[in-house]
Amino acid sequence: MSSPSPEVTLRDAVVLVGGFPLLSGVNLELAPSSLTVVTGANGAGKTSLLRLLAGLVALTSGAGVVAGVDLRGDLRELRRRVGWLGHEGSFYDDLSASENLVFAAKALERPTSEVANVLERVGLASRATTSTKQLSAGQRRRLGLAWLLLRRPALWLLDEPYASLDDEGRTFFDQLIGDVVAGGATVVVSAHDPLRSSELAPRTVTLAGGLVVADRS
Amino acid sequence: MIRTALLVAAKDLRIERRSRVLLWQVLPFGVMALVLSGLALGPTHAGHSSAGPGLFYLVMLLVALLMINRSQVIEGTPGTKASVATLGLDPAGVFLGKALALAVELWLTGLVLLGGSVLVLHTALVGTLSALPSVVVTLAALAAAGTLYGALSGGGQGPATLLPVLSLPAFSPLLIAGERSFSAALHGGGLWRWWLISLVALVAYLGVGILLYGVLEES
Repeated sequence: MSSPSPEVTLRDAVVLVGGFPLLSGVNLELAPSSLTVVTGANGAGKTSLLRLLAGLVALTSGAGVVAGVDLRGDLRELRRRVGWLGHEGSFYDDLSASENLVFAAKALERPTSEVANVLERVGLASRATTSTKQLSAGQRRRLGLAWLLLRRPALWLLDEPYASLDDEGRTFFDQLIGDVVAGGATVVVSAHDPLRSSELAPRTVTLAGGLVVADRS
Repeated sequence: MIRTALLVAAKDLRIERRSRVLLWQVLPFGVMALVLSGLALGPTHAGHSSAGPGLFYLVMLLVALLMINRSQVIEGTPGTKASVATLGLDPAGVFLGKALALAVELWLTGLVLLGGSVLVLHTALVGTLSALPSVVVTLAALAAAGTLYGALSGGGQGPATLLPVLSLPAFSPLLIAGERSFSAALHGGGLWRWWLISLVALVAYLGVGILLYGVLEES
């Protein structure tokens, strides 16, 4: 029996922005239903790699297929298939947690009744009507996860999800990531350090200068 | 497209209702600008001047620039932009929705400032009411053009000075048509001819926006 096609395939992927190389020739294959942690120092290219996989920056040269979409093709189609949690905050600050999710649910043509369920799952049910700008950094991360749970993408791209999280938040994230991978999704996490949880046993890819310099399963 | 437009418009208007930027910042600015315009003419001349329609549209232009910038900034934070991009919204619908929300905000501001022009610039009440249809269409065209040029100037992330520089040449015909039709409503003349120019501009900007907004977003 043949193995399933990779969720992500990059061949000599180069991304230039303003003539500056963010990625300098990345080769990478990620299997479906897997967890990968991308590590590296500041400026190593972690966020750029995730943004490339999300279709948020264009491939300058090389080749790649992500979630079945050619990176030289329709990036809008790719964006519809992936879930993105950025480290900058991902919402309309003047809307409440619930209103942000209702907007996303309506955009995705999902029943808005799912909003209460995902807020409950990420532990934000009591803050549903709180303005997003009044949420703490950790609560905003949880809201980001709620957004992704609502979307249920096949590929989750989490950029520095552990930043500003306390121990409880990190444990919650680890558990949820484990559930998502067990449910069949592919998860890519960028982090300064390898994941703390030994149970998740992720593959760790290390970047430096926009190149993969280590790949450890 | 229409479903997306209504969704985006409702979201933008809800954000304005929550933030109250329009109520506590933009409207007071517009009223102050109108009062200062009256003072600049002088109390003797303000009531007899034919400059009322022009001053009304000049103040609306300043208000519109603030609101266009605001409309783009709420989408412009990097995280929000990326997250919303993954929702796969139809760009034509996003353009229509943002233009509709901006038009509603401009109409509300325009109503207040029309009342202000009756009080401060002493434009005739009946003539001002007759100008309402042309004001509605001109401000809608301004909203459509503003949404397009707001995206062209960097979607809230570009330099703040770029929007006025890019958009003023495009707004000029609208302002001239609006001022002429308002003047015609007050003093008699070819009201409908100028009103039609605004209507054609509205349709043209909506057409261009529907076709090109996606390209502007991507760039």
